[in-house]
Amino acid sequence: MEQRKKKVLVIGVIGADVHAVGNKILYHAFTEAGFDVVNLGVMVSQEEYIAAAIEADADAIVVSSLYGQGELDCRGMREKCDEAGLKGIPLLVGGNIVIGKQRFEDVEKRFKAMGFDRAFPPGTDPQVTIDALREILHMDGDEA
Amino acid sequence: MKPVLLIDFGSTYTKLTAVDVEGERILGTASAYTTVQTDINDGLALGRRRLEEQTGPLEFAECYACSSAAGGLRMVTSGLVPELTGEAARLASLGAGAKVVGVYAFQLTEDDLEDIRRLRPDIFLLVGGTDGGNTECILHNAGMLATMEPQFPVVVAGNRTAARQCQRILKGWEVYVCPNVMPKFGVLQIEPTQKQIREIFLSRIIQAKGLSRATALLSDILMPTPSAVLLATELLARGCEGERGIGDLIAVDVGGATTDVYSMADGMPEQMNTVYKGLPEPFSKRTVEGDIGMRYSVYGIVEAAGVQRVSQLSGLPEKRVEELVAYLREHTDRLPDGDKELEALDQALASLAVETAVARHAGTMEETYTMMGQTFVQTGKDLTRVRQIVVTGGSLIHTKNTVDIAKFALYSPAQPMSLRPRQADVWVDRSYILAAMGLLSSRYPQAALRMMKKELEQHGYSE
Repeated sequence: MEQRKKKVLVIGVIGADVHAVGNKILYHAFTEAGFDVVNLGVMVSQEEYIAAAIEADADAIVVSSLYGQGELDCRGMREKCDEAGLKGIPLLVGGNIVIGKQRFEDVEKRFKAMGFDRAFPPGTDPQVTIDALREILHMDGDEA
Repeated sequence: MKPVLLIDFGSTYTKLTAVDVEGERILGTASAYTTVQTDINDGLALGRRRLEEQTGPLEFAECYACSSAAGGLRMVTSGLVPELTGEAARLASLGAGAKVVGVYAFQLTEDDLEDIRRLRPDIFLLVGGTDGGNTECILHNAGMLATMEPQFPVVVAGNRTAARQCQRILKGWEVYVCPNVMPKFGVLQIEPTQKQIREIFLSRIIQAKGLSRATALLSDILMPTPSAVLLATELLARGCEGERGIGDLIAVDVGGATTDVYSMADGMPEQMNTVYKGLPEPFSKRTVEGDIGMRYSVYGIVEAAGVQRVSQLSGLPEKRVEELVAYLREHTDRLPDGDKELEALDQALASLAVETAVARHAGTMEETYTMMGQTFVQTGKDLTRVRQIVVTGGSLIHTKNTVDIAKFALYSPAQPMSLRPRQADVWVDRSYILAAMGLLSSRYPQAALRMMKKELEQHGYSE
């Protein structure tokens, strides 16, 4: 029997953001959970996520942002994905994605309006993201 | 004494170098017009007579050759994303000594096929997708190629999941399957493909180019000339068992039509606050600037550097520069021969050719400020710590000012973000022995390395 192909994720920290620790934790957590992870590391541009997702035929892109500029950095990413032929690819974002005390429901609404499928507040457990990915990618609990 | 004959069938000249492997010395060099149109042995025989006029009759124990005759090894590549598998395919081909005449990304179109038919490559390199990644593009491109009459061998080195299917699609074609040039994101694996390209060159292309008539004389090694130069520079940098190399280096060959640059260095970031972006590049990297050359591509130099700089460096008025450049483009075999104006112009052009070609070859550093302070983003190879530069090419070896020209390969405050060597020793290959030594190195690396260290003329630190 041929092994079922693992789901491929492209991850990285967007913009001029050099926070590397959370990125490494996510890489290990996703790999552990049975995903094939393409980790682009820190200071990743929208174009880099897209190029990697095309070559690796990724199933989802998970964007991290820790320095508060996430909203600016993520703007237009959905449109670029569409343009590059990645129509409908799930886009997830998490971290400290905005500055200041804001209600997360409002923040989430804004990211969803920008075309992101999910947005996660600060301090989200990687398992929450993994569960969300499983749901979005219709993985019926058969992978780790 | 054990004489070995090394031949370089060039596009214009067949160059012969006779060496004594035991005595580790060069016995003589000679050249004659390449006669690939009629019988390649005619030019070779003439060269050999000229050689033996200097050395006396020689009984060669072995004979090796490289060739860039009849257009060299012409390749077309197609990948998926231009900066990723597209670039990996280009790097693989250049490193195999090919002349890359076409580079395609994403899906091939009918118009592309028309171009490819016209380009008539010797080999087509078909890649795309990481292993387990995208298969759609490479399968589409194989399907597009399959609509053509089989014309050239195809090397398939893309997503392994699709490799055999590509082979089936290209039924009736000569197809070679190699490991993926980019198996994982950001991982380059080009050596198996390069080995395959060289084998095809040896078995198939040599015949097609009328070089097989000469093979009776040859012991066994035959490779594209740039491949031989790459071997020589790699040996010179790294050394071999029993003989130390000179360390990381860059080599520049300024020709009439193109300028080749080789770098032998790791080139990855050293500082913690530097982030590397883009495809990692191979230790042994070759680039060819098709628009930078002293005669056929002289306009390319002026276009890249600007007529003001040519004028400033040569001391000639801009108008005069333009006149002379046009003249040189028409008279491609014209040498300065003591003409003061042409000498000054050639020196300026060669300097700018070196500067442009090395700047394009080397990586760049960008400075950005983040919440965590100053950060650097590096793309391509950091060659700032390279301490050796090897130069060759007519315009550099037929002048007393070689070192002044070679200096243009170095870091310049005018382009602070270009990661070129900060300071370096200059080695001059005055008698064009690099290709010959590359050939010799496959069998006699120690002798080849010691001869290079002896024969290349070394100049001290230029700063």
